Amino acid sequence: MQTRRNAVLESALFMWMAVALVMVFFYAPIEKEQGIVQKIFYFHVPLAWNAFLGFLIVFVASFRYLATRDPKWDARAVAAAEVGVLFTTLVLITGPIWAKPTWGIWWTWDARLTLTFVLWLIYLGYLMLRRYVESPERRAVLSAIVGIIGFIDVPLVYFAIRWWRTQHPQPVLMGGQDSGLDPKMRATLMVCSATFLLLYTVMFRRRVAVERMKMLVDDLREQAEGARS
Amino acid sequence: MLRVAAAVLWKDLKIEMRTRDAVSAAFVFAVLVLVVFNFALGGDTPEMRRLAAGFFWVAFAFSGTLALNRSSAIEKESGAGRALALAPVDAGGIYLGKFFANTIFLMATQLAVLPLFVIFFDVSVPAERIGWFAASFALGAIGFAAPGTLFSVVAANTRMRELMLPLLFIPISVPALIAAVETTSFALGGIDSAGFWFKLLLVYDVVFVTASLLVFEYALEE
Repeated sequence: MQTRRNAVLESALFMWMAVALVMVFFYAPIEKEQGIVQKIFYFHVPLAWNAFLGFLIVFVASFRYLATRDPKWDARAVAAAEVGVLFTTLVLITGPIWAKPTWGIWWTWDARLTLTFVLWLIYLGYLMLRRYVESPERRAVLSAIVGIIGFIDVPLVYFAIRWWRTQHPQPVLMGGQDSGLDPKMRATLMVCSATFLLLYTVMFRRRVAVERMKMLVDDLREQAEGARS
Repeated sequence: MLRVAAAVLWKDLKIEMRTRDAVSAAFVFAVLVLVVFNFALGGDTPEMRRLAAGFFWVAFAFSGTLALNRSSAIEKESGAGRALALAPVDAGGIYLGKFFANTIFLMATQLAVLPLFVIFFDVSVPAERIGWFAASFALGAIGFAAPGTLFSVVAANTRMRELMLPLLFIPISVPALIAAVETTSFALGGIDSAGFWFKLLLVYDVVFVTASLLVFEYALEE
């Protein structure tokens, strides 16, 4: 059942990816001022949206774990965090690649960039923490705490950075990227977002399965050691 | 809950009074950071004065993690943390006691560094903004202690305690750090208004004391 569903999801993903690529490079018009570079937008923005969604899932799963103590929620939290950090890393890589030719700089402490960067640090801490706690139950509980506290921090970080940006000089950026988006571009963006959501789902499910298997192996090992002694 | 908090606070203060570990470690580290800044940036006084608030909070953010680490490390090493966790009292009270103790340690560190900060950076606070100056220090210390207390207990449970605390705590503290720097900067005459920052710092403090209070029992259990 599980593998059947995975197979369906994954073949759907490959089809959507092909459609999305065709749309990005052949259907969506080339942006007048930025040229071909702007195509990275169709990867950058959907990655960011889905990464944020991932951190929301970490929060919900962490909460559910503390309430139910069911290891499946811990598996979901770690899967969501890992894929979220991966996507955020890609956002932080595609961002500067796009920024350099269009804004002339690799990096600016703009509100959205900085928020993404701080989130990346918070969830990197979350993943690091997991590596340094031996006991699976302790690991699950402690990382759930970070998953909850980290998410509560997000709005505060956002307001702090937004206000901070308005006080300090910043390079002149061209109007918001999504202002007055061409309908074809919008359609492409939507398809790409759906594709990345699907990619996220596939990776998330695979990662949860791996985590569950790890838990099972740990249990078996414990039993075997118990039987031996 | 408050009785538990008072007992834990008293215990932490007594340990600190006898060992002077947390505050002295944080103080020495903060001094080193300030000295390194002076060398790294050439000691150009007017420029340094403009950025003084930032230097102070950098020194304080990093040295503060030492102080925060110390108080839960002592408990972990002696097994007292387990005793606390087993005690049939409200975990919220334990959190509050440790939070107050950490706030006091952080403020003590600030006060110890303050004279050096004034001398090195030649800063002066206009009389009418002295309240803002004190408020930025106090609310900043609370903002660090609130999640810092929770995360110091979380980090004490890991193999890499000294690394884990700053790794978890510094990114979370970004809003408090920005708000504290800007409020201090306002008090020193660097910027024109600090109303928003003061409010943000206040909101941050309230949110994180409350949230940490609620989840602290999970950090304690073994």
